[in-house]
Amino acid sequence: MTYAVRSATVRFGDTLALDDVSLEVEPGSVVAVVGGDGAGKTTLLRSLVGKVQLEQGQVEAPSSQQIGYLPATAGSWPSLTVAQNMDFVGGIYGLSGQALVSRRDELLGRASLLNAADRLASQLSGGMRRKLGFSMAMLHDPPLLVLDEPSTGVDPVSRVDLWRLVSEAAAAGAAVVMSTTYLDEAERAASLLALDGGRMLASGTLQDVLASFEGAIASTAIPHRGEWAWRRGRGYHEFWSTAAEIPLDGAAVIPDLEDVVIALSLLRGRHRELAS
Amino acid sequence: MRAMIVKEFRELRRDKRTLAMLIAMPLLLLVIFGYAANFQVLTVKAAVVGPQATEFAASLPSSFFDVSVIKPSDNQGDAKQLLQDNKVDVALVTGQKPVVALVDGSNLFASQATVSVLNKAGDKVSSQIMYNPELKTSWVMVPAIIGLILTFIGTIVTSIGLVRERETGTLEQLAVMPIKPSTVILGKISPYFLVASIDMIIITALGMLLFGVPFNGNLFVFAFGAGLFLFVVLGLGVFISTISQTSGQAIQTAFMFLLPQILLSGMIFPLDAMAAGVRWIGYLLPLTYFTMISQGVMLRGASLASLWLPFLMLTIMAVVVFTGATLRFRRDLAPGRRRHHVTAVSEPAAGPTGIEARSGL
Repeated sequence: MTYAVRSATVRFGDTLALDDVSLEVEPGSVVAVVGGDGAGKTTLLRSLVGKVQLEQGQVEAPSSQQIGYLPATAGSWPSLTVAQNMDFVGGIYGLSGQALVSRRDELLGRASLLNAADRLASQLSGGMRRKLGFSMAMLHDPPLLVLDEPSTGVDPVSRVDLWRLVSEAAAAGAAVVMSTTYLDEAERAASLLALDGGRMLASGTLQDVLASFEGAIASTAIPHRGEWAWRRGRGYHEFWSTAAEIPLDGAAVIPDLEDVVIALSLLRGRHRELAS
Repeated sequence: MRAMIVKEFRELRRDKRTLAMLIAMPLLLLVIFGYAANFQVLTVKAAVVGPQATEFAASLPSSFFDVSVIKPSDNQGDAKQLLQDNKVDVALVTGQKPVVALVDGSNLFASQATVSVLNKAGDKVSSQIMYNPELKTSWVMVPAIIGLILTFIGTIVTSIGLVRERETGTLEQLAVMPIKPSTVILGKISPYFLVASIDMIIITALGMLLFGVPFNGNLFVFAFGAGLFLFVVLGLGVFISTISQTSGQAIQTAFMFLLPQILLSGMIFPLDAMAAGVRWIGYLLPLTYFTMISQGVMLRGASLASLWLPFLMLTIMAVVVFTGATLRFRRDLAPGRRRHHVTAVSEPAAGPTGIEARSGL
């Protein structure tokens, strides 16, 4: 069963939050939605879970009973303990008794939170809170799991843990859609969707996105055109329309996802300027 | 220093609620205290019964006694009934010497003024204060304070409880879960309803124990009135939560609702003594009607039938406030369903649900 948002347009007042954006996710796979602040990631995820109404377009998603959702905010009730948070969500989804206890302990065990079961959510570290939020979203074993920036603000070790949990969920058959600002996370997903200003910059597998990139990236110590360059390591990377345009002091590099997303964002910004 | 002052002014300019409190509140307090802060009752509603009712009513100073009932055929029992039903503040029973003046002590300031005027008549009139013979302030205040405590829990505590969900972002999570907005609201307010009810029982019992406040009426009538009133104030709490983003804002707004109730409900200043311009505000406040019920039941032993007006007003308020607040809360919880026309096509349980929307549909 494929879940999707097709040609979605969302407007908040005068602001066009999403403009003809599409997303598709298969069971057993992870789709990463990447983009900077205000790119439209959260709006797209909220559209998928039915929280935002589309001006145009179509959403194909299961009922709320079959969706697990981790919002970008806390994701848990701070004045409840870890176990109480799980029990509350279990109650909402109709889980009770031994079935709830088994499932709860299994998920808390996987998230290394079993020893913290009696701690208040407000007393957990940021990473532990996100893992709790993930476990709560997974409690009812939903076929569609929607995670809004699960790893933002989380320490590197907890990020690894979270990715393991996400991978396990996908391996168990869940269709996972997650937004992230980390491009290395997006590279690990089965497919990705890059957004900028509510529009699609690129979509598909990592290989598709890299292969469809038109232009050339040069590594240089001093950029020739500041508006087309960005820092990478100790030097800069600079976008050129073709490899032939790269100056002699620049060295052509094989673009990675970060290069492609930044270059496409710059191109889109230039198009917008020209249009206005 | 300059930067700090400029920053503070900029923040203040954007904080409309604090700005309103700074500018509107002093004006409001000035107007309210100017026109409402008056303990002096200038006229009282009176009834005259007994064989010489007509003649005696004509002899009463009309500037003070607003005689609305003159019934020569009625007796002392009928007069007491008029007082119990709160139709008059004083009932004068003729046909005996001296004339007996039955004064409603549950209306403290009116009764004090009435006794003062009647004392001038010397031994022609014998005053008998009903329901609060020693004219104790605590007897009148305790029933009103029960309402104030319910208002406090209903508005401030409930609104904070709901706003906290918004502050922590868990409201968004609830919105995605398979739980109806009405279930969320009922689940949220039920504990407050229970806590407020327990508080009410404790305060009532303590009031009776410490101050000797009587409970002359029917417990069920009192409980029914308190339940209705709780629905109104809980509805206000839900409403406040829908117009507040933070706990601080909720507290600020709740106080804006609470302060007029304290000042204009007749709890402190008698409604009859207020200027007509502010008195009508008092008649829009739920605490005004709960105080009528609590004082009526506890002190006068008033029946449900005689309290039909405050019960009707609280019922209307409960329906209007609770429905309005619930609809606003639902809108917060399910914004998509509010703003747009959605065609949701349910498919078999295991299958997906298609949600489609087209512009202009």
